[in-house]
Amino acid sequence: MLQFETWKKAVVIFLVITGIIYALPNLFSQNGEKAGTAFLPGQTINLGLDLQGGSHLLLQTDLNAVIAERMVGISENLRLALREEKIRFRSLKAGKDEVTFSLRDDIIDTGKQSQLDTILRDLGRDFDTQRSGQNITIRFNEAGLQNLANQTVEQSIEIIRRRLDPDGTKEPVIQRQGKDRILVQLPGVDDPERIKRLIGRTARLTFQLVDMRSTAQEARSSGRVPPGSVLLESADEGGGEYIVEKRVMVSGELLENASAGFDQNSRPAVNFQLNAEGARRFGRVTGENIGRPFAIVLDNKVVSAPVIQSQIFGSGQITGNFNVAETNELALVLRAGALPAPLIVLEERSVGPGLGADSIAAGEIAALVGLALVIIYMVMSYGLFGVFADIALMVNVVLILGALSALQATLTLPGIAGIVLTMGMAVDANVLVFERIREELRGGRRVAQAIEAGYSRALSTIIDSNLTTLFAALFLFVFGSGPVKGFAVTLSLGIVTSMFTALMVTRLLIVLWANAKRPKQLEL
Amino acid sequence: MFRLKLVPSVPSIHFLKYVPIAGGVSIAAVLASIGLFFLVGLNLGIDFRGGILIEAQSKTTADIGAVRGDLEKLGLGDIAIQSFGTEKDVLIRVQKQEGDERAQVAAIEKITSSLGDGYDIRRTEFVGPTVGAELAEKGILAVICALFAIMIYIWFRFEWQFSIAALLALAHDVLTTVGLFALTGFEFNLATLAAILTIAGYSINDTVVVFDRVRENLRKYKSWDQGKILNRSLNETLSRTVMTSVTTAIALIAIILFGGAVLRDFALAMLWGVTIGTYSSIFIAVGLISRFDLKRSDDEDNQIPTPEYERS
Repeated sequence: MLQFETWKKAVVIFLVITGIIYALPNLFSQNGEKAGTAFLPGQTINLGLDLQGGSHLLLQTDLNAVIAERMVGISENLRLALREEKIRFRSLKAGKDEVTFSLRDDIIDTGKQSQLDTILRDLGRDFDTQRSGQNITIRFNEAGLQNLANQTVEQSIEIIRRRLDPDGTKEPVIQRQGKDRILVQLPGVDDPERIKRLIGRTARLTFQLVDMRSTAQEARSSGRVPPGSVLLESADEGGGEYIVEKRVMVSGELLENASAGFDQNSRPAVNFQLNAEGARRFGRVTGENIGRPFAIVLDNKVVSAPVIQSQIFGSGQITGNFNVAETNELALVLRAGALPAPLIVLEERSVGPGLGADSIAAGEIAALVGLALVIIYMVMSYGLFGVFADIALMVNVVLILGALSALQATLTLPGIAGIVLTMGMAVDANVLVFERIREELRGGRRVAQAIEAGYSRALSTIIDSNLTTLFAALFLFVFGSGPVKGFAVTLSLGIVTSMFTALMVTRLLIVLWANAKRPKQLEL
Repeated sequence: MFRLKLVPSVPSIHFLKYVPIAGGVSIAAVLASIGLFFLVGLNLGIDFRGGILIEAQSKTTADIGAVRGDLEKLGLGDIAIQSFGTEKDVLIRVQKQEGDERAQVAAIEKITSSLGDGYDIRRTEFVGPTVGAELAEKGILAVICALFAIMIYIWFRFEWQFSIAALLALAHDVLTTVGLFALTGFEFNLATLAAILTIAGYSINDTVVVFDRVRENLRKYKSWDQGKILNRSLNETLSRTVMTSVTTAIALIAIILFGGAVLRDFALAMLWGVTIGTYSSIFIAVGLISRFDLKRSDDEDNQIPTPEYERS
């Protein structure tokens, strides 16, 4: 009589039933929704973006741009502070990552050492100051850079979320990765280019007065821009240039709302409302400057520069050369707010919904055909024992699906390949046992003994060989990215479940059969 | 009762006799692979090299010539266009653009707008140069770490000779696979790398099964000559080796035929791996340990642990 302890039977039955329960919702699912199986605990398998369609974007926040910008800000503050304290300086410059200036006089002689120290200390803890002789250099220190990166990335994530998922319904994954990277995964995207347009601009909106002292042509030919002003391109191609005052009168942070609409000539435009502070400032500027053109500047390009006709308060309209889709996108990004830094796309993988559906269909066919062929081959090779192995193989597939659902791991296209491959390899453990039983039978053992010996002798081989494969899969998981990770997941799960099914499920079936039939002879 | 048996019940093939020939062939193949790798190089996919890949589907039959004509006008440098899967599908590969990541993104937009409404963009992949270099680095690290972990495990479970032999057999499989990719010019991408690691896993699986039997027989037939033991072990495990290779191959062929164009290259690489892995387990791994003088004593720690159901 072959032994198979009751508790083991219980474990096998329990695990198989649990697997079936968790795998079941996938059978009835439609478009990822559980249909008619709401009473079951499991959820459907999480499909990867390559199967359900969607966009995967790895973005980098351009920290260098933020640093350079902060340096400009610091140099302006320093200029004011030093003047106030009447400390004489020269060549105050903001570089890419540092601000430098030189003192004209010996600071000890002028007795302003403590004032200078206060000014430098007031810059904050994020900066290091270096002095050599009369030259002073200010840079971000390690902690300062870290703070800046944290702030920039966190703000960017918030803004990206508001731009991509304004209604909070799409469940995008937006995660920080490493120091300055952001991973965006957005399922079900029809037009990946639109996504990139939405996050591809900082959308910094400012209103600045146009400088009337000179014209763009004059500035261009003489190479000189009046002090306090700057030459900006038009947003339209071939739209020329404008000289606008550097001073920002009103900026996008003061926006309360923005929406797409039309101007009086029925051309697409963006309507905006300012908050109380913005309305107050806008009213003051427009009241004082009637008759002057007021430039609407978006990401350092002049969208338009209408002449102020009358004093305007809380709301206005951005006109320009837009189509309806562009005004919709512009209104959306303005509502979401400006990004603290430009985003650079480092990696993109987008799959349309059509290809995803085709991939699932192809994967299903390949899996079914593979399964059928392996089943036939096993029966042809081992007869009844082949049938046992085939039952175990099917349990194996159900367990993989159940485990994927229960763990909410992501199934990718290579993941499907992993499942199909495991079906081929899953029978290996059974094959090892069966071949061993054959040998034992040839060696003259009786049936029950041969089965017992076959299992015990094959055990160490099965463990050794599967563990080594598991190592390879583990390294794939650790080092792999995206789809490859999905392959590693199903392969690893497959190895574990196939060891279980071969050692427990097939064995249980064989033991039940042998104890019921008490075969004198076994043809294997 | 009918049984399909690809291998006779008790084969007696003199495997070790072929080891010198196989060894020669393998050394030549490995050297050729290394040569091909350095002289011809791999056809690196955008995963490692950076670049753009776009899969588009025409509403009607795709006119590859017309697409090529249109895209070449954009002046994006080297563009490869091929049909992919069905006659409606085209795969467009564009080399890495001059300049930073922004230039690449701009190129994608140019291509999609040039293709126009007649094409449905099914897949867009873009890997910037920074990420490409990182992926390559991580990939190489993954292969090396996996090989060493496997070696250490084998060393732990068997004698050091087995460990060396297994590692060399594995290196043989990996190198010749890389050589095959250099020779055929098939694209080498992340999926290929995954295939190579899986090949390593499969091959070691096979090797371990044979080694297990060698270890067992070394203890069982103490008076036998070492070569005879190795040969017997190979013959005893041959039936299983063939059986498992065939089932795995069947599953892979199902993927090749029905799994779609994206998985096809991956499955082809795996199919090669199954073949070479089986070969290397026999002729390289066992061939190598036949050159060592193996320890024959049965130390306590070398015993196969008695399974619990045998103890009870």
